[in-house]
Order: sequence, then C-alpha cells, then structure tokens
Amino acid sequence: MSFGQLPYDVAHVLGGAMLLLSCMLLYQRRVAAVITALALQGGVLAAAAAWQGYVQGAPQLFLTALMALLAKAVLIPLALRLLVRRFDLDRTVETALGIGASMLAGIALVALAILVVLPVTGGAQAVAREDLALALSVVLLGMLMMITRRNAILQVVGLMSLENGLILAAVGVAGMPLVVELSTAALVLVVLVVGAVFLLMIRGEFASTDTGLVERHRGEAE
Amino acid sequence: MPLPWITVFLPWLGAAILAAIPQERLAVRANVAISALGCLCTLGLLAVPGGEQGWTRIDALNLPLVILGGVIGLTTSIFSAGHVRAEGFDTLRLRGYHAAFQIFLGAQALALLADNLGVMWVAIEIATLASVTMVALHGTPAALEAAWKLFLLCGVGIALALFGTIILYLAAQPFVGHGDHGLSWVVLRGLAARCDPGLLNLAFVFLLVGYGTKAGLVPLHAWLPDAEAEGPVAITAVLSGLLLNAALHAVLRAKAIVGSNPGTIAPGHLLLGFGLASVLLAAFSLWRRRDARRFFAWSSIGHIGLAATAFGLGGLAGNLAGLLHMIGHSLSKSAVFFAVGHAAQRKGSQQIAAIGGLIASDPALGWGLAIAIAAVAGLPPFLLFASEFLLVVEAAARLPWLLAPLLVGLVVTAIAKIGVLQRLCLGAPTPDARPPGPVLTTLGPLWVHLGLCLLLGLGLPGPLRALFDAAARIPG
Repeated sequence: MSFGQLPYDVAHVLGGAMLLLSCMLLYQRRVAAVITALALQGGVLAAAAAWQGYVQGAPQLFLTALMALLAKAVLIPLALRLLVRRFDLDRTVETALGIGASMLAGIALVALAILVVLPVTGGAQAVAREDLALALSVVLLGMLMMITRRNAILQVVGLMSLENGLILAAVGVAGMPLVVELSTAALVLVVLVVGAVFLLMIRGEFASTDTGLVERHRGEAE
Repeated sequence: MPLPWITVFLPWLGAAILAAIPQERLAVRANVAISALGCLCTLGLLAVPGGEQGWTRIDALNLPLVILGGVIGLTTSIFSAGHVRAEGFDTLRLRGYHAAFQIFLGAQALALLADNLGVMWVAIEIATLASVTMVALHGTPAALEAAWKLFLLCGVGIALALFGTIILYLAAQPFVGHGDHGLSWVVLRGLAARCDPGLLNLAFVFLLVGYGTKAGLVPLHAWLPDAEAEGPVAITAVLSGLLLNAALHAVLRAKAIVGSNPGTIAPGHLLLGFGLASVLLAAFSLWRRRDARRFFAWSSIGHIGLAATAFGLGGLAGNLAGLLHMIGHSLSKSAVFFAVGHAAQRKGSQQIAAIGGLIASDPALGWGLAIAIAAVAGLPPFLLFASEFLLVVEAAARLPWLLAPLLVGLVVTAIAKIGVLQRLCLGAPTPDARPPGPVLTTLGPLWVHLGLCLLLGLGLPGPLRALFDAAARIPG
C-alpha cells in the first residue's frame, strides 16, 4: 500500500484531520469551542477506526468505531457542555503558556514525532508508520494541552485527546490483538474521571475547576 | 478455572460482596476473610506447575511477587480492621473503601501474572483507578488534589505505556500474524532477536517512561508523596508495597524482551539512569520533609530507585539484588506505615514534630517502629541490608564509577532515617490527641513483617534460593 492508493489515502486524510483538530484544541480560547473540537476529533477517530476495519477486514474495529462515536463524539462532549453551562465556566481559557507559544511548542512536538518515528520504522508497512507518526503527534499534543492548561476540564480534554491518539495508533496497526478491550479500558478511564469531576462539582467539593487554586494543598504544612 | 485466575477473580468477587455490606463490623471481618483466602490462593500457586494458562503465566519472577502481594494484602486487611474506624468513613465511603481495596489486590495480582502485555496494561490501569478512588476517599481538598495528581500523571503514564505496547506489537507483527498471542510476553521475547531494533528501542522508551511513572521513578515521581500521605493509612501500605512492584515488574518484562535483541540500545543503562536519579533525589529530599508519611513516601522513591539501579546493572547478581530489594522494601516499608499510621492517629497529626517518644509511651509500638525504620534504612541484619550489600559489591565489580553516587545516596538516606527514628521513637513522649486505637491489629502485622525481613535477611532456604536464582535469569 502506498501513496495514490485509496485505503492509504483515506487513512492518511483521517489521521491528518485528527492532528489538525489537536492543533485546534490548542488555540481555542473558549471552553465551549474546545469541547466542540474534541467532539469532532472523536467523530474523525470513529471514521478512522471504521475505515481501518473495512480495509483490514477486521469487524471488531467497527465496535471500536461505534464506541468512539457514541462516547467520544456524543456523550462525553454533551456531559462536558452540560457541566460548563451549569456552572457557567465558559470563560476564556486560562493557560500556563500563551496560545502562540503553545502552538510553536506543538509544531516542535509534531516535528519531533515525525523525526522519531519515520527513521526507525523503515521496515514496517508505510501506512502503519505514517499513521504512527500522526498518532504520536496527537498523543504529544494532548500531553502539551494537559501541561499548559490550568483548568481541570481542559486537562481532562487533553487526556481524552491523548487517548484518541492512542486508539488511532492501535487501529492503524494491522492485526493488533485486544484492540477492542484496550480501547474500552481506556474509555472507562476517561468516563470515570469525567464522572468524578461532575460529581465533585455538583457536591461543591471542587469550588472551582481551576487547579491553580488547589496547588496550595501540598500537605507540607509550615 | 486455573488457580492463577482464581487468585485474580476471588478479590474481585469479594469486592462485589463488600460493596454490598453496610455494617462496619461485618464488612471489616469479611475483608480480612477474603484477604486470607486470597493469601492462601497465592501460596497455592507454589504447587501449580509453571507455564501458561491462557492469558496468565507463572514463572519464577512473578511467583514471589504474587505471594508477597497475598501476604501484604492479608496483613494490611488486619491492620485496616483495627484502624478503619479512626478514618471516620460514612457507610458509603466504607463500602467504597473495602471494595476498592480488593479490586486493587486483584488487579495487582493480574498485573504480575499476565502473560499478555495488553492484559497487563489493563490490570495496571484498574489498579490505578482503584488507588485513585482510595486516595480521594476522604474528600478533603488535600486528598482530592493528591488523587487528581495521581490520576493525571498516572493517566498519562499508562497512556504512554499503551503506546509502547502498540509499538512492541508493530515490531513483532511481521512474524506473529494475527491473534492474541501477538502480545504474549513469551512469544515476543522469543521473536525479539528477529524484530527491528529501532522499533524495539522506541517501544522500550515509551514502556519505561509509562510504567516508570507508576513505579515512581524520578523525574516521574511527583504523584507519589502526596498519594501516600493523603489516602487512608492502610492504602499507603499497599500502594507503597505492591503498586510500585507491579509497575517495576512490567518494566522488567519490557526490558527482557528488548534486551534479547543484540541490536538495541542497552535497556539496562536507561533503567540505571532513572534508578540512580531516584536514589540521589530521594536521599536529599528526605532532609526537607516534616510530614512523617511524606518522609517515608520519599524513601519509597529511593528504594524503587535502588531496585531499578540493580536491575539496570543486570546479570544474575544484579537482578537477584533487585528482586530481594523489592521484597525487602515492601515488607519493611508497609511495617513502617502500619506503625506511623497508628501513631499519627493517636497523636492527631502526621507531622514528625507531633509524634515523639513512642518508646517511652508505648514500648511495643515504639520499638517496632524503631526496628522497622532501621530495616528500611538498610541496617543489618534485615533483608534490605543484604540486597544493598549485594548491589554495592556487584557495582564495585562491574561499574566502579557507580560506587561513588550509590554510596553517597545510601549513606545520606540512612543518616536522614536514623535522625527521624530518633525524633519519632526516642525522647519524651508528645501528648496524645485521641485515645489509642486497638493496638494488637497494628502490632501483629508490624512484627510479622519484621520477622519475615529478619528471616530472609539472615539466610534464604534452599528452595527459595533456587526460585530467586531462576527469577534472576529472566530479566536478562
């Protein structure tokens, strides 16, 4: 499979779209817009998983795609949106690093991912190696988002985007065992944390989702 | 159903039962009973012939660690039985606490027993979620912050580990074809010599950083002191004793695969670097701690660093030292946490300054804590002395430059611990804030752990020695 063949091209487009959405996550200034971008990324992930299921003739990947579509593109974004509306959190995104600087760091990370993955994967199939480079970029951008945002919800969004990158990598490797089990387990992790944030906010135990405010609780009393 | 599976599923079944029991007395007893059954199961594994049972596999490396998990699970549940009232949980939290404890025990057993690396990853994830729940249980801002930190850092850690697992499969894919065995550790290890070394390198870096975060290796350790200081005391004992071992064991499995390809970068050197950094940072951080539980949490970082250094050195003696160190650390550190937890509950504070003169006020507890700290500090005749001695001798023979940082780390750590021993145990007693809780449930587990440390430190019986020697050959 190489450039100019349909399976390869579509996989590439979908992976590229996910990376593009990761960049969008980084430069959005409002929480609601970030959640929309995340939902779109979940949808593209579902399409990528379904496409790989079709190309590889692996029906279990359709299950992964369905779960991604339901949970990551619909339910979790809806829950987050509800949270934002209910607690009036749609403020400007607070960042530990400016938007411009995060974009530059993001570009550097994408370059890093390509420089790391492409040379060492010479032996693997082209589609697998380039998917892997895209997936690693998505993973690194998700991590960058977790590092540079001070808001608990945005940190969760970063983690979810990171997981999206992982699933993209997993479905891109033909014949990977336990993909469905692994993606379910990763999803459970995200669902539980969203649930926990939700519960704590409703019970008023997180007075604010700004993690900068809780940093004083280091427990090392003076 | 094979016994290894029962070892995993029994605690999970127990968790379902415990989640349904609202009465405190009954729940506490059921928890001890389930842990005792679990401990018997792990001991029963000695009689199971090694080899695969579907997704699990018993070999010399995971067998001692699983049994250790069973024993510490039992002693911790006994300690918890006497101590849980002092935590002040309401019914809901109590049910969650016991259920999460058993889920954790089952998950760490699965993480050790799994032959399939995908299953191992899922098990470590479940253990993470259970520990996040247990740490957050008190619901105070400090506990929530600790749980949030644990969740985010370990969430990223296990995500990276999954990425490493995927790359590992990608490396083996041309040779294994489709099917679950493509992630089997035995299959991957057998194939590693034919795999692309570049991909194996990449996979190892991700697995080391991912599982290394869970093991608390510097610079990925930031979650550990808070998690161990803010959760319920009994949880600290299993977090420090068992979770770190399960994560380090996962790193060793990855090292065994990658190390069997001669074309890769030497995985041992990376592990050695992380280990040494942990030893040194922990040694100097210990001096700045005022909180007793954070102090000993930092000491866990140092000990895991020592074990990683030993495994990084590799070879028979190095691996043996690392394995003994993991076992000795689990036993003696959980003994320390039992005693410190009991004392902190009684004094109403876990600050080192608030706990003092334990030997004068309560000799059995005070001496127990003093001896446990001496054991953790690596003084003879306990097991950690034996493993550290083995490590230093091996380092002197193979990498003499390693001796200087290693000895500095060991000596600085030991002095800091002796200082804390004096402040906690000697001198005039500080006033009690609350009446002492039941002391037998603390003293029993404490002295059992110390006895085991002493026996193993004095000498290994023949069959055990043979088991450990076989285990030391596995990580390469």
